[in-house]
Amino acid sequence: MSPIRTEKNLQSITTAHPDGVGGSPLRPDGILKVRGEFAYSSDLWHEDMLWGMALRSPHAHARILSIDTTGALTLPGVHAVMTHEDVPGAKFYGLEIHDQPALAFGKVRFQGEPVAIVAADHPETARRALDRIKVEYEVLPTLTTEEQCLHPETYGYVHEPHEYKADASGNVVHEQKVVSGLGVTDEVRATADVVVTGDYEVGMQDQAFLGPESGLAVPAEDGGIDLFVATQWLHVDREQIAPVLGLPEYKVRLTLAGVGGAFGGREDLSMQIHACLLAQRTGRPVKIVYSREESFFGHVHRHPARLSYEHGATRDGRLVYCEARIVLDGGAYASSSPAVVGNAASLGIGPYEVPNVNMLALALYSNNPSCGAMRGFGAVQACFAYETQMDKLAAALDMDPVELRRLNAVSQGSVMPTGQEIDAPAPVAELLRRVKARPLPPALDLTDLDLRDLPGALSNTSHGEGIVRGVGYAVGIKNVGFSEGFDDYSTARVRLEVIGGEPVAMVHTAMAEVGQGGVTVQGQIVRTELGVERVTIHPADTEVGSAGSTSASRQTYMTGGAVKLAAEAVRNELLALGRRRYGWTWNDLSLVGGKVVSASAGPLVPIADLLGDSAIDVTREHHHRPTVAFDKETGQGSGHVQYCFCAHRAVVDVDVELGLVKVVELAAVQDVGRAINPLSVVGQIQGGATQGLGLAVMEEIVVKDGKVLNPSFTDYLIPTILDTPPQPVEVLELADEHAPYGLRGVGEAPTLSSTPAVVAAIRQATGLALNRVPVRPEHLTGTGG
Amino acid sequence: MRVTFTANGRRVEADDVWEGESLLFVLRERLGLPGSKNACEQGECGSCTVYLDGEPVCSCLVAAGQVQGREVRTVEGLADPETGLDVVQQAFVDAGAVQCGFCTPGLVVQSHDLLRRNPRPSDNDIREALSGNLCRCTGYEMIMDAVRLAAARAGASGEVSR
Repeated sequence: MSPIRTEKNLQSITTAHPDGVGGSPLRPDGILKVRGEFAYSSDLWHEDMLWGMALRSPHAHARILSIDTTGALTLPGVHAVMTHEDVPGAKFYGLEIHDQPALAFGKVRFQGEPVAIVAADHPETARRALDRIKVEYEVLPTLTTEEQCLHPETYGYVHEPHEYKADASGNVVHEQKVVSGLGVTDEVRATADVVVTGDYEVGMQDQAFLGPESGLAVPAEDGGIDLFVATQWLHVDREQIAPVLGLPEYKVRLTLAGVGGAFGGREDLSMQIHACLLAQRTGRPVKIVYSREESFFGHVHRHPARLSYEHGATRDGRLVYCEARIVLDGGAYASSSPAVVGNAASLGIGPYEVPNVNMLALALYSNNPSCGAMRGFGAVQACFAYETQMDKLAAALDMDPVELRRLNAVSQGSVMPTGQEIDAPAPVAELLRRVKARPLPPALDLTDLDLRDLPGALSNTSHGEGIVRGVGYAVGIKNVGFSEGFDDYSTARVRLEVIGGEPVAMVHTAMAEVGQGGVTVQGQIVRTELGVERVTIHPADTEVGSAGSTSASRQTYMTGGAVKLAAEAVRNELLALGRRRYGWTWNDLSLVGGKVVSASAGPLVPIADLLGDSAIDVTREHHHRPTVAFDKETGQGSGHVQYCFCAHRAVVDVDVELGLVKVVELAAVQDVGRAINPLSVVGQIQGGATQGLGLAVMEEIVVKDGKVLNPSFTDYLIPTILDTPPQPVEVLELADEHAPYGLRGVGEAPTLSSTPAVVAAIRQATGLALNRVPVRPEHLTGTGG
Repeated sequence: MRVTFTANGRRVEADDVWEGESLLFVLRERLGLPGSKNACEQGECGSCTVYLDGEPVCSCLVAAGQVQGREVRTVEGLADPETGLDVVQQAFVDAGAVQCGFCTPGLVVQSHDLLRRNPRPSDNDIREALSGNLCRCTGYEMIMDAVRLAAARAGASGEVSR
């Protein structure tokens, strides 16, 4: 029997193998994960531990008249009940705007907002305690539509004007315009031969990471708190937690516990503050684990969006102008809405050269669930709209849709509507050419049918009748790293010492490994730079400087870059030691196979002999090149660090009678600059594309009057292995000279293009317009919806 | 109540179990076997899959009292302690089928069961057998690769572990 799993299980992992950058060594945490021995945040256990739980608002908008906790406090086994009155420090927190109360007071602004928390000796005791808390609400009218939110003089405010808001006005969290060329005027419109317009809608998608929000807060002897938690950015969590606890930051120490996926959904706080508050109050360790239902209320989602586009083009297919308006529903609290707006506005024209642009993107406060980061972050919604427009335009011009895209595609040297020049390879036309050139999957063979190949699959819904095939294409553009002047640096510490006669490199960062394989890449980088085989990955914690967020496709670029800088510094120190000791004069030294090697004179000395009993321990920060904020009125400014691109081709079979869709194949071509770990790169592309497939045909949090109707995996469907097709992937490596090893962020671009590619294929099969995702059976059969 | 059963070949006992607790909760919180995962706790995701008397079940849907006197085998008990990893576990690591890994224990047990019943599954057999196990990271392609690899290796060595 394995021992009870405590926070002490969050230990270093050491592996030994020769693969450096460009290889595909196995994950250092892989063996633990397949054996069920990896310590995820929800697995943690502590002597004397209590269970924390939150009481959440049943209303989307209500005034809190009173909270009576007496009944809960008197229940045996209950150790603490806390409301906003018990919060010792700041009452509000937030990623960009501190507008979210740690525990609601005055009002609740969305269904599921935490109102009170309890700590008890068993989760069932905690649940019963929640039932005994009496909250008196005065239910208020909800603001849930664009019309309501944009007319506060009639419908009111989600937050009173200028209450805890930075630059928000009314119910608008943030807006961004982008105007380029001549803008879109009547004169500009007159130069277009063909005009296409469309109104599009993207539903609210959930990250649906499998590991529920969870963690363990342990009170420390110095009056501080040690928090073991699954998150995407330890340091930004701490920045938000410490003020609420009334503690200085150094007394709140975070260690990353095993993370069961993230996809943006762990960028905002969930249970962190509540567990810490209860641990502070009770003096005992407190564990909180969300149920799946609570998870749907406990984290932000992808912004649902309404998008209006108008494109004008010449008769030969050249884009002349684009006018667009993107309205994102940010829900009750700001979260990362401002940055999502920035992305939607600056990337919303797509990877195309458009001489005249007039774009407006904005995010609203509403009483719907809060929305924030999810993979693709503002670029996903726009990509569905502009790619649909490209298909419409191709049809209007009687052109091949791939050729139309290729004709207008950006390339290195192109200028984005923000005025930013793309100064790295941008092989958009080539990605499209390659994905189109791939052989198509064979047609359905109706004479030798496996029903599992059909839409409906195991449900035996068809024997081949009413099945129509379609093919669709799409391409997208995403930024890598944080934008608009934000310095999201990463820190890495690398230590080289001799253990058991062998040189061992230790890597210590605060990078959140959420599944992406960052720990694998860190090992590869130090192996390449230091020529060692044994590498130890230290647990990620706040004892080292910030690594920034595991989001925006940035960790290999940013923390990988920091590990590279630190390892290079260690190497330089080691070689300086050798020069001092041995009087080396060669300038062609490197570390290979555990030795110092001169390219001209061959191996000189084993690293272990040179280092002896000493250790070299270096910490370095990696900053990307500076960016600037977009001008508020024109959107001009070099706001992005790097761009990435992916193209998809989807092949679908549609049962046109029942409205069922089976994606037969989803092929991708992506430029990754340099594949640091080719196996992980392909895994990112396939996984990202599958989330886009989900958005195309099944995934949506259905909200009515601010209430979520489907907070479970029974009713919120994500793709199963039966819904997901073979996904051939072709990877290009065109180096970006500004990036470490020439690499390009990988994880998000495939989530953009797969959605419109799948929907384009369904359109081709059915001839329907399909301006909304997810596409549901009733949209295909005309039977409602 | 007290619940006594066999977990991974050893007799185990849990005291003061509340009648509403699931087998999953008892394994994870009372017996130090948190390898089976708690992704949905309503039988939709398969991350808690264990063998109960040799049949794969969602342990979140089994009341703890129902396992009295029965045999449970979890992901922690899949590998031969001598060899380290079961062929399915090794294939999941080798094929890149593990990212965040939260679905992995359930998928490993379910794939193990598939290969016991059907040593040479077609792709559609694999998809059908694993259709109750959600994965959010991989897009399933490398999970397909892992099961194919495990089947090939088990076939080559003549035996799937029992």
